[in-house]
Amino acid sequence: MKASPFAYFAPDTLQEALDLLGSLDNAKILAGGQSLMAMLNLRYAMPDQLVDINGISDLAGITEQGGRLSIGAMTRQRVLERDSLLFQKAPIFREALLQVGHIQTRNRGTIGGSLCHLDPAAELPALAMLYDATLIARSAKGERALPMAEFPAFYMTPALEPDEILTRIDFDAWPQDSHFAFVEFSRRHGDFAIVAAGCLFSLSPSGTIERAAIVLGGVGAAPMRLTEAENSLIGQVPGRAAFEAAARAAQDIEAMEDSVYSAQYRCHLSEVMTRRALTKAWDRHQERAA
Amino acid sequence: MTNSAETLHTVALTVNDVPREGTCVARQNLADFLRHDLHLTGTHVGCEHGVCGACTVLVDGQAVRGCLMLAVQAKGRSVTTIEGLTRSDQELGVLQEAFSQHHALQCGFCTPGILMTLVEVLQDDPDPSEMALREALSGNLCRCTGYQNIIDAALAAAAALRQNQK
Repeated sequence: MKASPFAYFAPDTLQEALDLLGSLDNAKILAGGQSLMAMLNLRYAMPDQLVDINGISDLAGITEQGGRLSIGAMTRQRVLERDSLLFQKAPIFREALLQVGHIQTRNRGTIGGSLCHLDPAAELPALAMLYDATLIARSAKGERALPMAEFPAFYMTPALEPDEILTRIDFDAWPQDSHFAFVEFSRRHGDFAIVAAGCLFSLSPSGTIERAAIVLGGVGAAPMRLTEAENSLIGQVPGRAAFEAAARAAQDIEAMEDSVYSAQYRCHLSEVMTRRALTKAWDRHQERAA
Repeated sequence: MTNSAETLHTVALTVNDVPREGTCVARQNLADFLRHDLHLTGTHVGCEHGVCGACTVLVDGQAVRGCLMLAVQAKGRSVTTIEGLTRSDQELGVLQEAFSQHHALQCGFCTPGILMTLVEVLQDDPDPSEMALREALSGNLCRCTGYQNIIDAALAAAAALRQNQK
């Protein structure tokens, strides 16, 4: 199908874009377009105005200061996947990004677009949740910072005002020797996962887990952190017993249900994928050490 | 907004190294613009929502879905389509030749998208493994071949391109 008619604006600066958003009715922001263009073509989305922010060059880029990473909202997924700084500081990004769509969609798709589209199973919102990222939004009135935990308002809807643009995402890198993995269960490579799991954990000098974060995508309306499973890992020696206990805690969640997959099945997958993520993270370390 | 009120945009760009210009409404996607306005019908339009990969073209050397980009966004950019892969009027490019030799297509609908994807993939990695190729082509649906001959052809093209580089 073809998109319905809209007026098209391509501002060169953020200020122009903010002014447009402040004055236009029923406007949508066009970032990488890898979800919005499909929704326009299918006429799920029928905006009267489209504000294309691809021409605003200062919205893209990856920087680091004192262990805190800052990623511009218009940074392409393919750039993130190949960036050596990001790979060094947060290698889980590459592992997750290689499971985002395909080369052709990652060449256009952006981190900000993915965060604002907020598909429940999408990898980048899950990573933002895993890192307790801070999202920076701008409007003509000023700038505000939202913790990722408060960013999802409801299903596929971010807590942004119609005149706001997400400009960047900030988060602290974990220690260099932290363990990580991002795994998905999906029907085909590149599809949205039925359930995705990401984990980070780091060890104390005595070899027990001192810090852990686990996130699930595809289970609830927004990616969810597994606080109980995370807590169960603290003080434990990494290995099968600790991972099994965390995985058991992971199935004890409220999962969504749709016409294809039952809540019960998603709970089952939550357990399986949590165990797989933790095991993969630890096995990788063992292999390197060997 | 009614049809008659739609603004026409002029799009000047480079296609297959030739400067081209056309006019279109803002909602026209790049694949339709190439086909209907520039009459380059080698780019195919399948699902129109970014799943099948038939409309894949290169924009500034990167493989993108032609249906998920607006034609107006291609202003000033360099686009390469399947027509740009032939070496001359009658001579096929290396990838095209390999696909022909290995019977890597039956109906051929998906082929332009697969070839354009492979252009970028083989530029990035001139010696890809079979697994890497299968993963790289996961965004291109083919319902005829079962992919086996596509992989054979891609591996042969990669080898031929490496040979040409020497």
